[in-house]
Amino acid sequence: MTVEEGRLSPPRLNAARRFVRSYLERPAGLAGLGVLAAFGLLALCAPLFIGDAQLNVIKVTGPQLAGPSGSYLLGTDQAGRSIIDLVIWGSRESLSIGIIATVLTVLLGTTVGLLAGHYEGWVGKGLMHVTDWFIALPSLPLAISLAAVLGRGAASITIAIAVTSWTATARLVRAQTLAVEARPFVDRARALGAGNTQIMLRHVLPNVTPLVLVSSTLTVASAILSEATLTFLGLGDPTSVTWGSMLQSAFSDGAVTAGAWWYLLPPGIAILIVVLGFTLTGRAVEHVLNPRMVGRS
Amino acid sequence: MSSTAATGTVTGRETSSRPVSGRFELLTYLGSKLAAAVVSFFVTLVIGFTIFSLMPSDPVRTLTRGRPTSEAQLAHLRLQLGLDKPIWERFLSFVNDTLHFRLGYSWQFQQSVSSLVADRLWPTLLLMGTAMILSVTLGLWLGVRSGWRQGSLFDRIASSTSLTLWSVPTFWLGMILLVVFSVGIGPIPSLFPAGGMSDPALPQSGFGHYVDVARHLVLPCLTMVLVVFAQYVTIMRSSIIDELGSPYLLTARAKGLTDADVRRKHATPNALLPSVTMIFMQLGTLVSGAITVEAVYSWPGLGYLTYQALQIPDLPLLQGTFVVFSASVIIMNFLADVVYRYLDPRVRAQ
Repeated sequence: MTVEEGRLSPPRLNAARRFVRSYLERPAGLAGLGVLAAFGLLALCAPLFIGDAQLNVIKVTGPQLAGPSGSYLLGTDQAGRSIIDLVIWGSRESLSIGIIATVLTVLLGTTVGLLAGHYEGWVGKGLMHVTDWFIALPSLPLAISLAAVLGRGAASITIAIAVTSWTATARLVRAQTLAVEARPFVDRARALGAGNTQIMLRHVLPNVTPLVLVSSTLTVASAILSEATLTFLGLGDPTSVTWGSMLQSAFSDGAVTAGAWWYLLPPGIAILIVVLGFTLTGRAVEHVLNPRMVGRS
Repeated sequence: MSSTAATGTVTGRETSSRPVSGRFELLTYLGSKLAAAVVSFFVTLVIGFTIFSLMPSDPVRTLTRGRPTSEAQLAHLRLQLGLDKPIWERFLSFVNDTLHFRLGYSWQFQQSVSSLVADRLWPTLLLMGTAMILSVTLGLWLGVRSGWRQGSLFDRIASSTSLTLWSVPTFWLGMILLVVFSVGIGPIPSLFPAGGMSDPALPQSGFGHYVDVARHLVLPCLTMVLVVFAQYVTIMRSSIIDELGSPYLLTARAKGLTDADVRRKHATPNALLPSVTMIFMQLGTLVSGAITVEAVYSWPGLGYLTYQALQIPDLPLLQGTFVVFSASVIIMNFLADVVYRYLDPRVRAQ
């Protein structure tokens, strides 16, 4: 990558500059990016000031389910842990599950989409049929069933999210592959003797990648929502702290009937802000790359 | 008057072969859509079978996880579930059972899954139906309004509200509403019941019962509407914006129609078509909403049944709800295709 950057041709550099400039003109996109950077930094630095002493239910010393006070800014949970520490700590696993699930989704979707777009015969048709079948299935019951059979934990939630959300990427990549392969340079490459693999990997994939990256920011947003939902329904690892698991224990340990709003609000607002951050960033990039989209949602 | 009637009969005679071929076309259209629905249901069964019967390395161990069982009991269970038979034979008997609505036996309730599903169907239909009607009405209305005056204050408020509500987890919104309106917070008294579908202390029939059910319905329904209508706003808004530049709107304005009439009589009907398809395509999100909302409010429907099954986990029950949810979405999509043909003459012409 560094070698490539050194050899950036002026037009490409100009395009990058233009991209940055028009992105800077979108306040919503900037706000989204800022929020994501803040949360990312907080998640990375969390181990510096939160440790076992704040997270272990046996070692903490705070009052049980107490409202916000001077020493506990956002109050405490039923074990006496500080809510603000839990929310910060929870961002680590919530964000990483969201991002890993997105990487899996994108890999699976791009592979299927590329193959379906490149091989026009029965392979392409078959793959599109499989995609359509998965689109028709309601995603939450499918994800629940998969995660329940695989056993509780982050890994099975991640797999369940990937299996239920790759279809959108696959359709997008297939459409783009068809568009790219219709262009003359692909014919030229084929005339020069390029094989299927070379055409797909060296000519089509680089042209598809920007679009996939944009759509993946929106995928992260929905993956984080799905993680919270699946964990809330009881499919997460009971010992780990995520925003979903906080809400799940708040619900099952009677924070709702106790009216403990300080326990319920922070994790939900954290999810809301991060999901909004990813959505706004994704939309801003989309608008910059595709000006015709401006004005549409 | 008579001349128009005459031309009517003339054109009718000229195109007398049309209705026959039209009926044939209708049959082929319905047939192909029905075939597609049947194939997708079959694929659903394959996926369900793969998840619940092939993926666990030993289904009997998964089923009996966490409870003491002897080797003899395990062997008996294997025989009872037919695990000694080859895979294709097990799959065929699974398909046969499902088609006859024999969905297995719930471990948790000690009752057949089909009877549980039948008991819980009506509450879910009530909740999903009410929520869908309200959110479609609200979403389409807001979408038309904000798309028509794109960039106005109304549009910005409606769009940002729906984006925010889309970014909120359904179950979280449900819990917040529960704390605010059911438990009561600060000056707000407890307005609505916290869960269930009716108060067991009250008589289970008559007018009073309906009022009671309606009171229990308010909060779950509100939660679903708030999360779901946002999508409809977005869909309807962008399809109205697609119509904005169309020449026929200019013609309508040139005829001297008021702005409201141009919007109501010309733009909205055309923009409705793509929106209707999208609404039916996104029924799956309504199902997801039902599962989480019913879990929060312990609304005794299929979603709550799924939630109860998950806590064990009660795999036969989960398999049953998976099949029922998938089948209902497939049926609704098929109905959408049928309705769409009547709504859009262009589909008929194809």
